[in-house]
Amino acid sequence: MKDWVDNILNLAKIKKVNYADIRIVRRQTEEIAVKNGNIEALTHDEDFGFGIRVLFQGAWGFACSSKMDKREMENTFNRAWKIARGGSEIQGEKIPFPPAPPAVARYQTPISVDPFHVSLETKLKLLLESDAAIRENKKVKISEAFMAAYRTEKTFASTEGSFIEQEIVECGAGIAAAAIDGGEVQVRSYPNSFRGNFATRGYEWIEELKILGQAERVAEEAVRLLSAKPCPSGITTLILDGSQLALQVHESIGHPIELDRILGTEASYAGTSFLKPEMVGDFQYGSEQVNIVADATFPGGLGTFGFDDEGLKAQRVPIISHGKLVNLLTSRETAPLLKKESNGTMRADGWNRLPLIRMTNINLEPGEWTLEQMIAETEEGLFLSTNRSWSIDDQRINFQFGTEIGWEIKGGKLAAMVKNPTYTGITPQFWNSCDAVANRDHWQMWGTPNCGKGEPGQVAHVGHGTAPARFKNVRVGVK
Amino acid sequence: MIGREAALKMLQRVVQESPADQTETLLMTEDSSLARFTPAAIHQHVAERNRTLILRVVLGKRIAVVATNILQPSAVKASLHKAISLARIQPPNEEFVSLPGPKPVPELNTFFANIGRLTPERKVKIIREVMALVKEKGFTASGALSHGEVEVAVVNSLGVEAYQKYSDLFLHLIAQNDKGSGYASFVSRDLDQLQVEPLVKAAVAKASGGDPIQVEPGEYEVILEPEAVRDLLVFLGYLGFHALAVQEGRSFFCNEFGKRMVNEKVTIYDDGLDPQGLQVPFDFEGVPKRKVIFFEEGVAKNVTYDSFTAGREGKESTGHGLIPPNTEGPIPINLFMQGGESHLKEMVQSVRRGIYVTRFHYTNVVEPMKAVITGMTRDGTFWIEEGEIKNPIKNLRFTESILKALSRVKAISKERKICSAGSVYGRRFITGTVAPAIQVDGFNFSGVSSL
Repeated sequence: MKDWVDNILNLAKIKKVNYADIRIVRRQTEEIAVKNGNIEALTHDEDFGFGIRVLFQGAWGFACSSKMDKREMENTFNRAWKIARGGSEIQGEKIPFPPAPPAVARYQTPISVDPFHVSLETKLKLLLESDAAIRENKKVKISEAFMAAYRTEKTFASTEGSFIEQEIVECGAGIAAAAIDGGEVQVRSYPNSFRGNFATRGYEWIEELKILGQAERVAEEAVRLLSAKPCPSGITTLILDGSQLALQVHESIGHPIELDRILGTEASYAGTSFLKPEMVGDFQYGSEQVNIVADATFPGGLGTFGFDDEGLKAQRVPIISHGKLVNLLTSRETAPLLKKESNGTMRADGWNRLPLIRMTNINLEPGEWTLEQMIAETEEGLFLSTNRSWSIDDQRINFQFGTEIGWEIKGGKLAAMVKNPTYTGITPQFWNSCDAVANRDHWQMWGTPNCGKGEPGQVAHVGHGTAPARFKNVRVGVK
Repeated sequence: MIGREAALKMLQRVVQESPADQTETLLMTEDSSLARFTPAAIHQHVAERNRTLILRVVLGKRIAVVATNILQPSAVKASLHKAISLARIQPPNEEFVSLPGPKPVPELNTFFANIGRLTPERKVKIIREVMALVKEKGFTASGALSHGEVEVAVVNSLGVEAYQKYSDLFLHLIAQNDKGSGYASFVSRDLDQLQVEPLVKAAVAKASGGDPIQVEPGEYEVILEPEAVRDLLVFLGYLGFHALAVQEGRSFFCNEFGKRMVNEKVTIYDDGLDPQGLQVPFDFEGVPKRKVIFFEEGVAKNVTYDSFTAGREGKESTGHGLIPPNTEGPIPINLFMQGGESHLKEMVQSVRRGIYVTRFHYTNVVEPMKAVITGMTRDGTFWIEEGEIKNPIKNLRFTESILKALSRVKAISKERKICSAGSVYGRRFITGTVAPAIQVDGFNFSGVSSL
């Protein structure tokens, strides 16, 4: 295979390209879904191919194929080169692409237990037992347990001399209970909605989640929600748990800080951003309590890797410091606009997609508070947990979220459970209303395995470290 | 493209080699390209060739699925063995009855060879024309132009043998300046249907209103263009129009069949064979598509089935099986809303004070059984006063029950449009929703996008 790669890089040099890279990616996926005692899905997926990116006369071309042979690689290179050549004819400004020092390296996700080496019997037993434990509560109509593991083997080589091999292993699991009555569905899930929590870790992560131990609580809460009072409407103090805050960070910070969105290259699909490059260093995104880092190096984060898909080493960079915007997510092509070097966030969803600026682990740094203190010092408000619904406009200004469950806070104590909680806000106003972030004891990583962007669509696995946080004057119970 | 004979032969061989009680093989091939553009350049131009084999094996009532795009005979054999081993270790699913048997598949032409004329150079030329026309009007253009050639072949051990090749093409365009943006889109299987000028005209018209004013949230009469109606139909399809949602008791249709749930002007159905849509002759289980009516003159009628959900009720599949393993249910992908008696212009003229919506953005479910969703307006939202479209307005958030909105339908346009998300996650298979514009007397806007 190395000979084929060298052959392509030589061809690129003969064609006098500005730059070219090739990624060979093999991805294995194993997914198991159990529902109401039945195996709903037990699947194994293997996806293998290569993609070639060519920068020629200041324009990009990309082509890819799943047919792995030397001749097909040459044909695919020529296809990419022709596309770039075609684009160069109408290219307004030539694309800048600052050189990067070549990297020759190997990275492997550190894991204790390879999830692909754990027997299916063991996995099925855990899922079936968890699913059955949920259904011990006879008022639950739908019980679900889910587990997935992913192994991505990636070889990256560029005309700059980089040759990087990576093996990234991810896995996760979760359970959910749905209670249905009188035209109403209420769902509770653990450790997070939409199939659980995911990490770049081995099967030890799934064991640590202890999903079976949470089945009874999840079932009971789903049933109790049916008779809970509706979420009140009004303006109040809001405390979000870590899992909901992770998605809040994702949608209202993670996406707006992507420099490609800011520059308009996602305008026709996902949208743009209310941010402008000139706001970096000046814009008060949030309150003094809000500190955000993009950290691709955090052990176990779902957005953790060794090198990005432009051959740059994973980095940890401050994005918002004491509320002030200090950096954006960048690539080699876009970073010069900020007079900075790329912070290494270019990733592609497999061999058949072009790398885009993607979130890594976008983390809200822990604060000083305990959750208990935060609640105790809230006279009236709401504590909301576990995402159920999300929506935000194409500039990432106006958002609305729903959560699975909430509790009123009255006189510094958690009070009645509320159902169908929703809240809405305007991104910078919301983050500037943050007056407390819980400390490291409450802080944990949440994996978001379904971040969509790009055309053709790409799904990225990204992470968010969060602890519960408090926000003032938030509109809740949206009507 | 592999071609009918080679594709079916390859799948037949796998089925013959399989020791499983029942075996289903699905082959999907793709040769596609997509170019995205901004005012500055074509910033992404990509091409892809891929072939994926999906094996579903059944041992008794134990089912497993293996997918692979490594198609050398030894790799396919290994995948088959893997599928068997996955099936063998699991407990039986007593609700499973059988994979589908063979049914005659209608012959439809879903492939236009002219798509092959879209070379990288030709696409660049089209995009250059779009950019120039938009610039001429004083705006800048962003968008994507994509085309694909796709094959779908299904063979199973019960005698199902189906093959179809598809062409597809979509272009979506946003014209914008510092005050606003406008959207227009096109989707077809036939390159000759593409006309750039009307698209540019439509997008530019939406962006030409000047500075947007702010309208306070509240309930307003609305005109929803087909793209916005498409979002409502797709969410109804996902939440309630299919058998799995009903069987699990989570569909808004539960206990409502035969009852009038929405306005009598409303008829919504799925029809893969209707030539006004993007035709699909059979589903991913090789079952021919049947027309399924969900709302007929406002009355809840039927839902879609795949072989699994049909087996549970002793019924036949309606041809709505999706790519296995499908845990979401037989969600309809060829939705239609029947056109009405009105013209869009007349509908606008009848509104005293209201809001005109071109399309929605990032819609999501708030309360599933009431079909309450939320989302934003985007790329062309206007204030209507005394029957005339006036100023553009800042984008609004809506939070509304789709069923409630459809109960308040005052008028439906005669004209309908094929709308497609035009985005491709995973395996390429472009589908379309045929929707009219609708006039709704009372639609709830819950917020406004303004810093």
